[in-house]
Amino acid sequence: MGTEMTGASSLVKSLEAAGVEVMFGIPGGAILPAYDPIFDSSIRHILVRHEQGAGHAATGYAQVTGRVGVCIATSGPGATNLVTPLADAQMDSVPLVAITGQVPSAAIGTDAFQEADIRGVTMPITKHNYLITNPDDIPRAIAEAFHIASTGRPGPVLVDIAKDALQKMTNFSYPKSIQLAGYKPQIEPNAEAIRDAVALIMSAKKPVLYVGGGIIKANASKQLMQLAELTGAPVVTTLMARGAFPDSHHLHLGMPGMHGTVAAVTALQKSDLLITLGARFDDRVTGKLSSFAVHAKVIHADIDPAEIGKNRFADVPIIGDLAHTLNALIPALQSEFKKNKPDLTVWWRQMASLRATYPLGYDTPPDGMISPQHVIERIGAIAGPESIFVAGVGQHQMWASQFVKYERPRSWLNSGGLGTMGYAVPAAMGAKVGAPDTTVWAIDGDGCFQMTNQELVTCALNNIPIKVAIINNESLGMVRQWQTMFYEGRYSNTSLDSKRIPDFVKLADAMGCAGLRCERPEDVDAVIKEAMSINDQPVVVDFRVFRDAMVWPMVAAGTSNDEIMIARGLAPDWDSQEL
Amino acid sequence: MSTHTIAVLVENSPGVLARVASLFSRRAYNIDSLAVGPTENPDISRMTIVLNLDGHVLDQVMAQLYKLVNVIAISEMTDEATIKRELLLVKVEIGTKKSEIESVVAKFGATIVNDDDGFLTVQALGEPARIEKLLEDLTAFGIKELVQSGLVALERGSAALSDRTLSAQGISTLHELGTQADYQN
Repeated sequence: MGTEMTGASSLVKSLEAAGVEVMFGIPGGAILPAYDPIFDSSIRHILVRHEQGAGHAATGYAQVTGRVGVCIATSGPGATNLVTPLADAQMDSVPLVAITGQVPSAAIGTDAFQEADIRGVTMPITKHNYLITNPDDIPRAIAEAFHIASTGRPGPVLVDIAKDALQKMTNFSYPKSIQLAGYKPQIEPNAEAIRDAVALIMSAKKPVLYVGGGIIKANASKQLMQLAELTGAPVVTTLMARGAFPDSHHLHLGMPGMHGTVAAVTALQKSDLLITLGARFDDRVTGKLSSFAVHAKVIHADIDPAEIGKNRFADVPIIGDLAHTLNALIPALQSEFKKNKPDLTVWWRQMASLRATYPLGYDTPPDGMISPQHVIERIGAIAGPESIFVAGVGQHQMWASQFVKYERPRSWLNSGGLGTMGYAVPAAMGAKVGAPDTTVWAIDGDGCFQMTNQELVTCALNNIPIKVAIINNESLGMVRQWQTMFYEGRYSNTSLDSKRIPDFVKLADAMGCAGLRCERPEDVDAVIKEAMSINDQPVVVDFRVFRDAMVWPMVAAGTSNDEIMIARGLAPDWDSQEL
Repeated sequence: MSTHTIAVLVENSPGVLARVASLFSRRAYNIDSLAVGPTENPDISRMTIVLNLDGHVLDQVMAQLYKLVNVIAISEMTDEATIKRELLLVKVEIGTKKSEIESVVAKFGATIVNDDDGFLTVQALGEPARIEKLLEDLTAFGIKELVQSGLVALERGSAALSDRTLSAQGISTLHELGTQADYQN
C-alpha cells in the first residue's frame, strides 16, 4: 500500500517520480485541483500566456535536452489549444507528455461547461492517450505515458484526467516497472539485415548517407560520423537532421529536398544506394515520388516499422534503435573493407564538381536594402555553432537551415513535418529553459512572430532571455514567393504591412524585452552584436529586409527533383556535369 | 486490389475501437467489414477486419496497426489456413411462392427462423461466397430487409493468434503481457 493523498497530489508525485524538472502550463477549472500541490512541488512550473505556447515550449525543451517535455492545461479550450503543438510533436517525433484536466466523470458526455473530448480529438495526433476517471490509475498512466513518449519512435502522449479523479483520495504508489502488452519497440537490429546491408554497401558505386532526424533522436551522431568516415560516402542531412553531421565536414553535401543544395538533391537522384538513417522519404525530400532516385537500392534503418515501405520500397529494412544499428553495421563493414573497399572516386568527382559549381548563395538586393539571407548568415556566424537556433516556418526557416552552419546535434530546432507558423518564440523559450547557459536565437518571420509573440512576456517575467530576430519582409514571404512563381504575382492576402504596424520595437518594450531595429545593411553586424551583449532580458530585433528575396534552389511542389531550379527559370547546366 | 482478412487482438479498453477506426480513416484504408467481440480472455477483444487493397499496402496497414499501443497481435487470415463465416438474416415476402422459397432455403442449408405477417425471416450461416449466392437466389422473391454480420475467421488446427501473446504461458495480468510478434512499436 502506498501513501494516502488526493489524486492531484498523486499526479504531482508521479510527475516528480518520472523525473520532471519543469513544465509549462496554464491553470483553469478542471485542472485546478492539480495546481494546489504544484504550488509546493519541486517541479518548476512556468506560467505561459497561451496553451499553444506551453506545448511548443515543451517541444523546444525536449528537442534541446532529449528529455520528455511536459505541458499542462485545463479542459475544453485549454486542451484544444494544445492540439497544434501535439500534432507538431507527432509529426516531428518529439517526446511530450501533455496533462489536461477534464470535467468531472459524471459530467462527461453531457456537453458540460468547458468540456471537449480531447482524448477523441487527439487520437490521430498523439502516439497514445489516456482518459483517467479513477484516481488509483493516475501513477500507472503517468509512468506509461513517459515510457511511451520517450521510447521507440518518440512522440506525444496526452493524459486527460477527470476533475473528480484529482479530488478523490487514493493511495500513491509509483509503478516500478512497465510492461505493455502491445508496445515493445525493437531496439536491436536483425543480424541478417545488417549482413544484407553490408552486401549492398560493398557493391554500391554511388552510395549516399540519407540522414534524417532519427539520428538526433537516437543520439547517434558519433556513430554517424564513424560510418561516414569509414565508407567515405557523401552525407545529406534533412531539415530535421541539420546538425546531426557537421556542416564543415568534407563529406557533407548539405540539405536535400525542395530547398536543398544542388549537390545534395542530385546525389540522391543519381545514387545507386540510399543508406537511409532515421529518415522517412517525406514529399519535401523526394519531390515527385515516382521519379525519385530511380536507380537506387534502399537500405532503410528506422525504429518505426511502419516507415518501411510507406513511401519507398526498402530493399533492406533494418528495424532498430539507430545507435544499436550503426554499432552493429560499423564493425561488420570494417571487416569487409579490410578485404576490399569500394572505390568512390568517380562518384566523388561528380559530387565535388556539383558542390563547387552550385554552392548556396543569394543575390544582393537593391542598394540600401538588407538581404534577409545575409542577416541570418551573420547571426549564425556571430553567435557561433555553440548557440541554438530556432526557426518559425517559411522563407526565413529555409534560409536559417541553409545559411547558419550547424556543427552539433540539437542546435537546430524547427517545425519540419507540420510546418507550424508561430513555433519559434515558444520553442526558443523551452529551449532556453532546457539549456539556460546557451545562447538561443529564434529566427522568425514577421508573420510567424505575430502568432505567438505573447510568450515573450513569459520569457521576460521568468528570466528566460532568448533572442528573437524578426526577418521582417512585411509579408507572408513563402506564400508570396509561390504567388510570384505560380500565380503571376497576384499577391492575394500576403502583405502584412508589418513595417508600419505593429511597431515591433515598442511591442518588445511593452513586453519587457529589449527592442532593437536594423534598417541599413551596414548596421547588421553591430545590431547583432548589441543583441548578443544583452543577457539580462529577452531581445527582439526588427530586421527590415528586402521584400522580394526568394529561397533558392527550389524543386516546385509535385515535380521531379530533376527539375531543380537554382534561380527563377534557371536550371543547373547539366551538360557541363559528368553524371 | 484484392480482399484481405486480418484478425487483431486488442486490449479490451475504452476507445480502442475508435483508435482502430481513426487509423483506417486517416490513412484512407477502406474497410469492407469489421466484427468485434470478446475472446476467451476477458481482457482481450478480437477484431476481424476485411479490407480491399493492394498486397503491399496490407503490410503497411498491419505495421500501422501495430503502432497502436492497445493492439497486441495481428495476423492475416488466409482462405487456406482459416475458417471464415458470416451470418445473414434476411426478410422475404411470401406471396404465393412459399414452397419455392423453402426449397432455396433448404438448398443452402439455411433455416427459416420466423414466419409472420406474410414474411419469412431466413437465417444463413456460412462462407461469404455461399451467403452471396443465397442472396442472389432470394432476390427474385423480393427482399424486404437484410442484415449481415461482419466476417469472422479462425485459424484451422492448433494455430491460434492468442499464442502470440504470453497469456498462453501462464502470465495473465494484462500489463505483464508481452508479445512475440516480429516487431512492435
